[in-house]
Amino acid sequence: MTEDIKNNKVSTHGLGIYLWIWALLFVLSGCSYAVDYYQFQGLLRWSLILFFMFAKAGLIMAFFMHLFWERYALVNVLLWPMTAIATFIFLMAAEAKYTFFTRLFYFVAGSS
Amino acid sequence: MSNNLSNLPKKFKGLTHDFSSDQVTFKGVNWGKAMMWIFLVSDTFIFSCFLISYMTVRASTPVPWPNPSEVFALTMFGVEVPLLLIAIMTFVLITSSGTMALAVKFGYERNRKLCALFILFTAIGGIAFVGMQAFEWTKLIFHDGVRPWGNPMGANQFGAFFFMVTGFHGTHVSIGVIFLLIFARKTWRGDFDTGRKGFFTSMKSNYVAIEILGLYWHFVDLVWVFIFAFFYLW
Repeated sequence: MTEDIKNNKVSTHGLGIYLWIWALLFVLSGCSYAVDYYQFQGLLRWSLILFFMFAKAGLIMAFFMHLFWERYALVNVLLWPMTAIATFIFLMAAEAKYTFFTRLFYFVAGSS
Repeated sequence: MSNNLSNLPKKFKGLTHDFSSDQVTFKGVNWGKAMMWIFLVSDTFIFSCFLISYMTVRASTPVPWPNPSEVFALTMFGVEVPLLLIAIMTFVLITSSGTMALAVKFGYERNRKLCALFILFTAIGGIAFVGMQAFEWTKLIFHDGVRPWGNPMGANQFGAFFFMVTGFHGTHVSIGVIFLLIFARKTWRGDFDTGRKGFFTSMKSNYVAIEILGLYWHFVDLVWVFIFAFFYLW
């Protein structure tokens, strides 16, 4: 591997692709800032925040971190563990709702 | 090893081929790069635990959460602009991520000077980010009276999560800046052209090190994307 890099010409990606992704990230960041600046509320706000967030994260991982060009063996090992995080989010969201309900029940309705 | 990489099957066929083959699984991937990726996955889990516990606490408290749009607003020329500093920090970090991507590219093209220069640009971006974060913390602590155990704006847990999440991210940025400066010097000196041995290792270094450093730096930017969305915008 070391010898390969030393002796052979390593193929790199064009300057253009990086500048394009860079510009896209700027536009997407501007969009997510606009969500707050124009004070969108409710479901529209949350869906826009999530959309711009995943778009930015995807672009950074795919092109800046070169995952788009990596072999599938590495990509799959890196991305499948994220399903565990997604599961954890759903578990704790359910738990938080339950805690909120019990707090309202005992704080407001009282334990008498 | 990577010479016959183009002969191997690609996509999902390549996945089954790599995992069912002898010897290395991640074919053509430098071991240091694979290890950095595994570290980043574990770091992802740490940040996920912070953000998930933040979600749990924020969703379960009956006390109203402080409105981040107002808490982090700055008054510029008499006009209150929401999240101004945070937006600037976001753009600075994305810019530094872009310069890092270019540094990796120049590194693989064996363009020593441009590579070192762009690592230095990245480090300057990182320093600017940490500086602005220090300003933000100072404003929140001394001006707004936010403490880990309470604040005048709303739910008491706000301060604890703010200092924990942004503090941990800021620590990552600071560590990144230190390594960026070290590697800018190493690159400028030509360590990766001459194969000079590192300080802690007997192994010769090459430009793959720049890509590994880049992975860490992009990850820091990646985490900020999630913190920006969940902590400042939500």
